[in-house]
Amino acid sequence: MKEKNGLAAERRTKTILSVVLGIICVIYVLPVLTVVLNSFKLNTFVKTDTFSLPTGEMWAGFTNFIKGMTFGNYPFWKSVFYSTFITIVSTALILLFTSMAAWYIARVDSKFCRTIYYLCVFSMVVPFQMVMYTLSKTADSIGTGSTIGNLAAMLGIRVTGPAADVALLPLNTPYGIPIVYLGFGAGLAIFMFVGFVKSIPLEIEEAAAIDGCGPIRTYFSVVFPMLRPTMISVGILEIMWVWNDYLLPYLVLDINEYRTIPIHIQYLKGSYGTVDLGATMALILLSIIPVIIFYLLCQKHIIKGVAAGAVKG
Amino acid sequence: MKRKKPSSGGGLRRPIQRWGWLFLGPVTAAFALGFVWPFLQGIYLSLCKFRIIKDAQFIGLDNYIAAFQDASFMHSFWYTALFAVVSLVLINVLAFTVAYFLTQGIRGSNLYRTVFFMPNLIGGIVLGYIWSMIFDGILSHYNTSILLETKYGFWGLIILMCWQQIGYMMIIYIAGLQAVPEEMLEAARIDGASKSQTLFKVTIPNVMPSITICTFLSLTNGFKLFDQNLALTAGQPFVIQPDGSSIKTTEMLALNIYNTFYGQNSASKGVAQAKAVIFFVLVAGLGLAQLAYTRKREVQQ
Repeated sequence: MKEKNGLAAERRTKTILSVVLGIICVIYVLPVLTVVLNSFKLNTFVKTDTFSLPTGEMWAGFTNFIKGMTFGNYPFWKSVFYSTFITIVSTALILLFTSMAAWYIARVDSKFCRTIYYLCVFSMVVPFQMVMYTLSKTADSIGTGSTIGNLAAMLGIRVTGPAADVALLPLNTPYGIPIVYLGFGAGLAIFMFVGFVKSIPLEIEEAAAIDGCGPIRTYFSVVFPMLRPTMISVGILEIMWVWNDYLLPYLVLDINEYRTIPIHIQYLKGSYGTVDLGATMALILLSIIPVIIFYLLCQKHIIKGVAAGAVKG
Repeated sequence: MKRKKPSSGGGLRRPIQRWGWLFLGPVTAAFALGFVWPFLQGIYLSLCKFRIIKDAQFIGLDNYIAAFQDASFMHSFWYTALFAVVSLVLINVLAFTVAYFLTQGIRGSNLYRTVFFMPNLIGGIVLGYIWSMIFDGILSHYNTSILLETKYGFWGLIILMCWQQIGYMMIIYIAGLQAVPEEMLEAARIDGASKSQTLFKVTIPNVMPSITICTFLSLTNGFKLFDQNLALTAGQPFVIQPDGSSIKTTEMLALNIYNTFYGQNSASKGVAQAKAVIFFVLVAGLGLAQLAYTRKREVQQ
């Protein structure tokens, strides 16, 4: 009898707990809901009636979205394109090259390899502010200095015409900035890949070698597929970092021409006296919708990847 | 990195080495360009006076002395330290509590976990503007704003960081809690331990590794905070010092360094770089302390 009461009491506590946590969850999504509400509200009401529904005279329809798209004389779709491009290319570069390097480091284990490895581990504790000035200047001078004309002049050849102005390493544009991300983000990726490669038994690769695979084939058709779980974890961490990063692209890119989404939002909010809050909220909503969809689609991988990065980093 | 026997890789090693340039080349080049060179140049420039890198003149430790004498820098240091400690305690206590309840087998645990983790994916700049709208929406009814009082800026940023980070720490705690051996909890129950006794005597000692990780993680996150600080208050409000300089009262270390680099005074770049080196030593020190601490615990176990 007592046992039964105890069970019932426990079930009751669990139900109460579940309800309480449910209420906290609702409170937890309120900030996002407030963004949704205010993105449909006329600007003048955002500050005074932040938490009311956009009804009656407050209703702005989709004007905020339309305004937001061309806000500050910069088309929003361009930021979306640059953010997407930089994120995808940087992540791809990091995954390909750091996994290759990590395999080499783990298998060859020479003095040079160990130096690189320890430098990478070291770079993980260096805050961005330490290198932000010098890194942005380096990217800038290489970006503007690596034009075909300049490089040819170094070899004593004169090149003229439009081809002379084409930069071979345009680090200060969205097309070259992935190289900067590869350099600054290599630390964590190398660290995670080396840890994983060491857990792969050598025999598999030796068997491949005996079957006549050269190192390149061994890597791409034997090792690369085995790295999948770590690839996903590292990929998720890099995507989240690059997509949300503000300071690095802000300092490296020419922001009159190239703005990522965070730069665009900061620029609108930070540099004008009076800001159209309704339009800003519309832009914020547009920028978090893809993130939330991405999250809901690969939630399991994201949570696992983030946890792996935390435990190791 | 643990070293295996010198023969590791065996017959595989030599053929790979011929391709070293391909496997190591791209990362080494990018790493040298994106980290090693800027880092070394940064250390050198912290000892120089300069407006642009070309004119750098070596002046020794003067920049470091100027940095420590800068009242705004010292203020931002103490403000950051206070912020880091307060957010550390709040985030970890709340995250652990949520994780504990979510591992009790209650209904809807997965949904709740999804929701709590979600803010962690939103970027710092966007987070800052979302919350500045919310706080100003509340404070405007009292004819004030988050930009007008230091305490609003402080607690505003604490609330923002809790909202963002609780879900993250919660995930780490859940992993730790799920790894507590079921037999131990069973044994405690049979021995007649109460729920709170089990929690403090069995569960918490078992999740100590997770607690260590989360403690250091939230501490370094607090120290390195930049985007959220910039977007929420940008350091406002400020007070004018007797000597005419001003202190932004909610400005944290990273933002102070940024403002010294790119602010009005273009002659202070050397001081800014010195501040950045001090900041690096501080953050790296925390990282090393974590490493030393976890190593020590591993040896003990």
